[in-house]
Amino acid sequence: MAPLIALEDVAKTYRMGDVEVRALRGVSLAIEKGEFVAIMGQSGSGKSTLMNVIGCLDRPTAGRYWLDGLEVSALSRDQLAGIRNRTLGFVFQSFNLLSRTSALENVELPLLYAGLARQQRHAQARVALERVGLGDRMDHTPSQLSGGQQQRVAIARALVNGPRVILADEPTGNLDSRTSVEVMALFQELGRGGITVVLVTHEADVATYAGRVVVLKDGRLQSDRRQNPAPAVVPPGEEAA
Amino acid sequence: MRNKLRSFLTTLGMIFGVGAVIATVAIGEGARSAVEAAFASMGTNLLVVLPGTTTSGGARGGSGTQPTLTWDDLKAIRSELPSVRYAVAVLRSGSQVLSEDANWTTQVQGTEPDFFEIRNWPMLLGTRFTQSDVDAGTKVVVLGATVADKLFGPNANPVGQLVRIRNIPFQVVAVAGRKGQSPFGQDYDDAVFIPLTTYMAKVQGGLQKFIAGQILITGVTAARAETDVTALLRDRHNLRGGDDDFSIRNLAEVASAQEESSRTVSLLLAIVAGVSLLVGGIGIMNIMLVSVTERTREIGTRMAIGARGMDILMQFLVEAVTLATLGGLLGIAFGVLTARWMTSLFHWPVLFRADVILVSVVFSALVGVVFGLYPAQKASRLDPIEALRFE
Repeated sequence: MAPLIALEDVAKTYRMGDVEVRALRGVSLAIEKGEFVAIMGQSGSGKSTLMNVIGCLDRPTAGRYWLDGLEVSALSRDQLAGIRNRTLGFVFQSFNLLSRTSALENVELPLLYAGLARQQRHAQARVALERVGLGDRMDHTPSQLSGGQQQRVAIARALVNGPRVILADEPTGNLDSRTSVEVMALFQELGRGGITVVLVTHEADVATYAGRVVVLKDGRLQSDRRQNPAPAVVPPGEEAA
Repeated sequence: MRNKLRSFLTTLGMIFGVGAVIATVAIGEGARSAVEAAFASMGTNLLVVLPGTTTSGGARGGSGTQPTLTWDDLKAIRSELPSVRYAVAVLRSGSQVLSEDANWTTQVQGTEPDFFEIRNWPMLLGTRFTQSDVDAGTKVVVLGATVADKLFGPNANPVGQLVRIRNIPFQVVAVAGRKGQSPFGQDYDDAVFIPLTTYMAKVQGGLQKFIAGQILITGVTAARAETDVTALLRDRHNLRGGDDDFSIRNLAEVASAQEESSRTVSLLLAIVAGVSLLVGGIGIMNIMLVSVTERTREIGTRMAIGARGMDILMQFLVEAVTLATLGGLLGIAFGVLTARWMTSLFHWPVLFRADVILVSVVFSALVGVVFGLYPAQKASRLDPIEALRFE
């Protein structure tokens, strides 16, 4: 079976004024369904660019990229938006929730762009919020939620469309260690449910929860190893507020 | 949208712009309908034919000083021109009129019953004189309402009473309905009307071959009747190449000139309103640009979760249109209040037109579209990666 994500010699070159920045210099990578992959590397290694390419936010300047059997490197802007909407889910470091908008409405947003009717949006968003354990906080706005809760709302938003892949860019960067573990436990659970998780991080201890660690350096793959993921067990104590 | 005060300040331009349109149009329309009503009370499709002028020693005497219109001319106008509905001669002079215990100097007009048709003038009391009164030259009189008030006191019924004009007793047969002032400020009701023949025999005296007054004509259409009457009179007066020895005043033309000037004023107001709407629109564009910049990350997020360019465009466009339309609606309320305030202050007549209000709403929305389009387009064309990275 073809891998869910297949990159073949992908390169990306930016032009900033007169300077050419070669962010990716030929990366080939295959990720299977249900894998939990951590992409690591120092800043400037090209890990964010790789993430943007995998996330269909950016198109490679060279090489080919298949996502779920479809070659996406040649698609138009709107087609890519459709893929991001249906096949991918995004989780950001700073959550990127709409302020003054309830958790439920935030989670409904991707369904709005998918063109679903109001009732169906409500029902699906409810299910997604319950799945991340926020069934009782649906009407709260982001400012009424803790950082961990906000990130869980963001994960519910990424999940709500039933995506094949969740892309998380430093998802624990703004969280304390305790809530970080909670979020990582959630990602591990998603992986067991058959959703592929691709995580970008520079924290080595976050990467231990992944089943595979890919390290980038200067736009090239430096290492790619599989490991036994550490179980994300929330230390006993009070539930984070 | 998020900041109520900012949204309100943004729409102020629209509020004043639309408010100005609504108020000025209401006042302009009020004035126009007042003028129209005044002209309608003079009679519709009305022509006034005046005799020519005398010229002595280079000084020209003005319209009506040279008797050129004959009774045969009047007969010909009546019988030969299908475009003329009514035509009557009106002779007038100032004279004192006396009742038993009062006197009043007013205008005595000698005319025919059709005069009241032309002027569309119903009687308040009694019955006006008839063609048989004209044929027989009876001494009967129709009093204008002002004259009736002066001679018999307000609310009295003078029908059947006698009044004296030039020492000749006339029986009052009717009081004409109150017509008010002409568009030029003359009191229509300050006059008395007697049969034409009686006027010529008892009041006028002197040369009788020419009409020493004017001919009032109602045309089927004023323009058509004017052309026909001019051609007929020129032919009858044998004026091959020369100037007209009569003049025709087309009151429809006067009315349309009035309308023309009010249109000019309206146009000016429309320009002012247009400029303020433009300023309002620029205000909206400005705030929308600020909003797009402020919400760059939000736009990036929306794009990441699947919003297409069109979705973002519509979002900001709807926001701009909502702002503009809201401004327009508030502006309408503001304009209506202003116009009402003007009315209570200066007693100006105002007229609110539903179509103007509707057009204002549509136009405000249009301003939102026009001035919201650029910021919305800017938002929709953002690069999602850069938008997400935006601090």
